[in-house]
Amino acid sequence: MEELRIVSINGCLGYGYEVASLENGIAAKPALIGGDAGSTDPGPYYLGSGTSLVKRAQILRDLTPALVKSRAAGVPLVIGSAGMGGGEPNLQFVRRILIDIAREHGLHFKLATIHSEIPNEQVARAVRDKQITPMPDAPPLTEELALASSRIVGQMGTEPFAHALAQGADVVLAGRSCDTAIYAALPIARGYDPGLALHMAKIMECGAQCGIPLAANDSLLGTIRRDHFEVRPLAERRICTPESVAAHTMYEQGHPLILFEPEGEVDMSNAQFEQVDRQTVRVSGSRFQPTRRLRIKLEGARRVGYRAFTLAGIRDRNVIASLDKIEAAVRATVRRLLDQGVTEESFKLGFRHYGRDAVLGPYETVRTPPHEVGTVIEAVADSQELADYVLSLARSSFLHCPFDGRKTTAGNLAFPSSPSDMSAGEVYEFSVYHLMDVDDQLALFPMDWETL
Amino acid sequence: MARLEDLASVLRSKNAGPFQITIDVLFEDEATYRRVRDSAAMTPAAIAPLYGVPGQLVNVIPFDRVRAIKITFPRQSGERGSGSAFDRDVYGAQQHGPLAEVEIP
Repeated sequence: MEELRIVSINGCLGYGYEVASLENGIAAKPALIGGDAGSTDPGPYYLGSGTSLVKRAQILRDLTPALVKSRAAGVPLVIGSAGMGGGEPNLQFVRRILIDIAREHGLHFKLATIHSEIPNEQVARAVRDKQITPMPDAPPLTEELALASSRIVGQMGTEPFAHALAQGADVVLAGRSCDTAIYAALPIARGYDPGLALHMAKIMECGAQCGIPLAANDSLLGTIRRDHFEVRPLAERRICTPESVAAHTMYEQGHPLILFEPEGEVDMSNAQFEQVDRQTVRVSGSRFQPTRRLRIKLEGARRVGYRAFTLAGIRDRNVIASLDKIEAAVRATVRRLLDQGVTEESFKLGFRHYGRDAVLGPYETVRTPPHEVGTVIEAVADSQELADYVLSLARSSFLHCPFDGRKTTAGNLAFPSSPSDMSAGEVYEFSVYHLMDVDDQLALFPMDWETL
Repeated sequence: MARLEDLASVLRSKNAGPFQITIDVLFEDEATYRRVRDSAAMTPAAIAPLYGVPGQLVNVIPFDRVRAIKITFPRQSGERGSGSAFDRDVYGAQQHGPLAEVEIP
C-alpha cells in the first residue's frame, strides 16, 4: 500500500527529546523529519523583542542530532517558526546555530530559509483596503496600531514549504509557520488527502503530546495513506490510544471539530479513531473544504512600556485582611511622592496576591482568608527608570503602610532577596492577531537559498 | 449533585491564541458525559458569569465521539491579550477553576 511516513522530532525545538526515539523514526525510513519551534504561548515579548524563549544551548542540543542524523539518512529536515516568534532576528538566530552545527560536523547541504516578517506599511495598507479580518475575540486593528508595531509576522501555510522541498531543499528553515504546514506540505504535494494531511499534522506538531504518558518532549511517527493516517510514539514505553489522539485533536484551539488553516477547513466531526496495535492509532474520516479566499494569519507585537516588580511574602492576619485598603493607600502615597512632572498616563501600578486571588482576580470563587500571601507589586511605565522609581516608592510605601488594627509596625512584607526589586525590561502586547487577504503566498514569504 | 472536577477525567484550560481561553472537559464514561453535556450548568448563560463575559461570546461545543465538551470565551486577563501588562495567566493554563466547582445535578 502506498504510504508516506513523517517524523516529528518534538513539540517545541529546545524542549528536548529522546535521541533513541528519533533513531527509531529514522529507521522507519521517513520522507521528512519536522520540528515546530514556535508559538504565541509565551506571549508577545519574544516576537516583539526578537529574542528566543528557548536558549541557544537548548536549540543546539535538539538540532544537532536531528541535523546530523537526517543528513546521514538523506531525509529532508524542516523546522518551522524558528526561534519561537519567527521574526527575522529569531530566524537568523536559529540559522546561525544550524550553520555552526554544519561546520562542526562537516555537513554539506542545500538550505532554504523562508522569511515571514511583513512590513508594517503593508499591513496598514491592508487595513485601509479592508483586507483584514480579526480573529475571534481579537480587538480591532487600526492603521496606527499596525504602524506602531515592533514586528509583524505572517503564519505561512503549506505552499512555501512545498515549494522549498520541490526545489530540492535538504533543510528548510522557516519563520513563523502554521504548525500544520511543517508536516502537511509534503503529503499534500504528493497528492494525499489534504483533510487527512492537515489533521495528521495538527496531531504531529506537538510531538508525543498525544501519547500516554504524554510528552511534548519526545518524537512521533505519522504515516499517511490514501484514506487514513496513523500516529505512533517513537519511544517504546509510550502508546497512543483513540482517546489520547482524539483529545489532542481539540488541544489549544477554539473549536473541537474544525481545524481552520490557510488552505481551508478540516471538519473532524466524522473522524474515526481506532487502535491498530499496542502503540498505534488510525484516524480516518476527516473532511477537507478548500478555502475560497487565501487568508494568512498575522501576529504583531507592540512595545507598551517597561516593567519593574518585586515579590514579597505576608504572614500576618491583619495585613492580609487589609490588603485592599493597603493597595489604595499605596497608590495614593506613590502619586503624592512622585514628581509633579510625572503624568498619570506615564505609569501604572498593579498588585497580585498569590494565595488569595492572583490567578483569577475578580472571578476567584474561594474567599477563605489565607494564612500566608505572596504579593507581587508591579510597575509598568514609559521608561525603565520611571518603572524602577515607581516600584521603589510603592515597595517602601507598602512595607511601612499604616492601617487600622496594625500590630506589625516594623514592616508588612517579607522579601526573599536583596535586591528586592527587579527591573524586568520591555513590556509588549499583541497589537495584531488578524487575517490578511493574500494573493501570492510565495511572494509574501520570500525564500533564500544557500549551499553549505 | 457533584462538582464538575469530580466527574471529569481531564479538565484543562489553555489559550486558543492570545485573545481566547478554551477549556476542555473530558469524561471516562458515556453516562457521565451525557449527564454533564445535557445539564443546565453547561450552557453559555450559566458559564458566562463565572468569567465575567457576555453569554453570546461563550461557545460550548460537545464532541460526542470523544466524550468531551469544549468551552471557549474571550480572555479577560491582561490589558490586550496574553502576556500584556498586568496579565494573570500568560498561557491561560489555570483558568478552569471557576468551572471546576460548578455543581452538576
